[in-house]
Amino acid sequence: MAFIEVENVVFSYEAEAEETESNQSKTVLKNLSLSVEKGEFVALLGHNGSGKSTLAKMFNGILQPEKGAVKVCGMNTADEEKLLDIRKKVGLVLQNPDNQLVASIVEEDVAFGPENLGIEPKEIRRRVDEALKAVDMYEYRRHAPHKLSGGQKQRVAIAGIIAMEPDCIVLDEPTAMLDPQGRKEVMDTIVKLNKEKQITIILITHYMDEAALADRLIVLDGGKILADGTPKEVFSHVELLKSHSLDVPQSTELAYKLKSAGLKIDGTPLNVEECVEAIDKVLKKK
Amino acid sequence: MLKEITLGQYFPGKSFLHKMDPRMKIILLTFYIVFIFLTKNYVSLVIMSVSVLGVLFLSKVSPRLYFKSVKAIIFIVIFTSALNLFYGTGEPLWQWKFLKITESGINTAIFIAVRIISLVLISSVLTYTTSPTDLTDGIERLLKPLSVFHIQVHEIAMMMTIALRFIPTLLEETDKIMNAQKARGADFESGNFMNRIKALIPILVPLFVSAFRRAFDLAMAMESRCYHGGEGRTRMKVLKYTKYDYIALAVLTVIFVGVIICNLYLPATLRSGM
Repeated sequence: MAFIEVENVVFSYEAEAEETESNQSKTVLKNLSLSVEKGEFVALLGHNGSGKSTLAKMFNGILQPEKGAVKVCGMNTADEEKLLDIRKKVGLVLQNPDNQLVASIVEEDVAFGPENLGIEPKEIRRRVDEALKAVDMYEYRRHAPHKLSGGQKQRVAIAGIIAMEPDCIVLDEPTAMLDPQGRKEVMDTIVKLNKEKQITIILITHYMDEAALADRLIVLDGGKILADGTPKEVFSHVELLKSHSLDVPQSTELAYKLKSAGLKIDGTPLNVEECVEAIDKVLKKK
Repeated sequence: MLKEITLGQYFPGKSFLHKMDPRMKIILLTFYIVFIFLTKNYVSLVIMSVSVLGVLFLSKVSPRLYFKSVKAIIFIVIFTSALNLFYGTGEPLWQWKFLKITESGINTAIFIAVRIISLVLISSVLTYTTSPTDLTDGIERLLKPLSVFHIQVHEIAMMMTIALRFIPTLLEETDKIMNAQKARGADFESGNFMNRIKALIPILVPLFVSAFRRAFDLAMAMESRCYHGGEGRTRMKVLKYTKYDYIALAVLTVIFVGVIICNLYLPATLRSGM
């Protein structure tokens, strides 16, 4: 049994939210199935209206599927009594950091989750300190959230989830409202959590460069899975992605263009270093 | 312009008052206010106002801030004192048509002024030295017994916490919207009163829309963090009365007893009921 199982999920919105949909149909998720294993770092990629945010809110039962089921460790999110247990295991971080923080002091906000779980005060203190250190915000623990930068606020929001010690964190476009510096801070934190704490990460994004950091990449388009594999595998299908108006990382695109121009470039470079190496190799051959 | 609003302003510090338990501060403040209005003669009034000054000194907050909070209400003080000045009874010391000043009028005016100023000062001490979260926490715990009467104490405290958290966020947003509307030629500064009120509509509508969107997001975030009301909820900070609270309680009890003794054994300057 996989850690998270999504089985034949169908979901549709009311007509009013529908106007922004590109495919004019009400259904945002069409018979979608996927499973995520413990410890994986999965990126969910797709453009607006592909159903990726809807799916994100299903992993911890904020939204319920119309048909099909979402199961976390075998617990169905439709089961009201299991919801708290599911949310203990799967945390959700939203796009706007401002709207997720409850308290006026950083450490009290981080304590909010563990307090809801009814944990002993001493243990909460330990978890809060640990969570703030994990996101590198410990020295800001007595600050007011509204005085922090976007990236810092988002890291506090992540700390708030970590303090609940979940097995998995779902992040719904956590960097969409941040500047490049903030994006980097948040992405570094996410990668670190996955590698060092073995927390399963499901990252919803529309930035290709962020998606390339994941172990596994799932591309959603029109409520269906378009591609599923390692970033290298997925981004090697440049034509397929382009035909669904999706991009690939710039380095991948450069390599792809050079390749179609006749150069013999090996593999699919995902970042600048790999790209430089690949081009360097070609140049040295000549 | 909006930055000047200092609701529930808190100045972190390590003074005696900062170290006190918020519950004790709220309880003592309540008694203080009651006793300020119980003073009947100058001796007890001096005892109370001197102790207020002592508390201000102990808070280690800059006197400028206290001055500012008094400045905000100085008009009310002057107005009510002036009104009382002409409202006394007895032999007039000075008379002009129907206006007369009597000794009791002067006394009442002084008492009113000192009482209001003390009231404002001692209340600002509470907000200056207590963080908003501690304050709501203290209120929640003090009101806990009221849940016997089905009053949703936890929910009230949670609402206060969230309101305090979002005041700066929404102020910032208001500033942004105002600038955006100004950039489109909106005029907030000219015209008569009604025009200015009307000019606020293009600010309030987007502000409300965004506030509701934020509320929706926040609810989702809180649910994701297992919020399910006050039941079974623990707190990271456990409030505990320490030596500071007992010392404060002891000192203030002495002061309060002093005021009662003065009231009982010294002649009252004010008519009873004032």
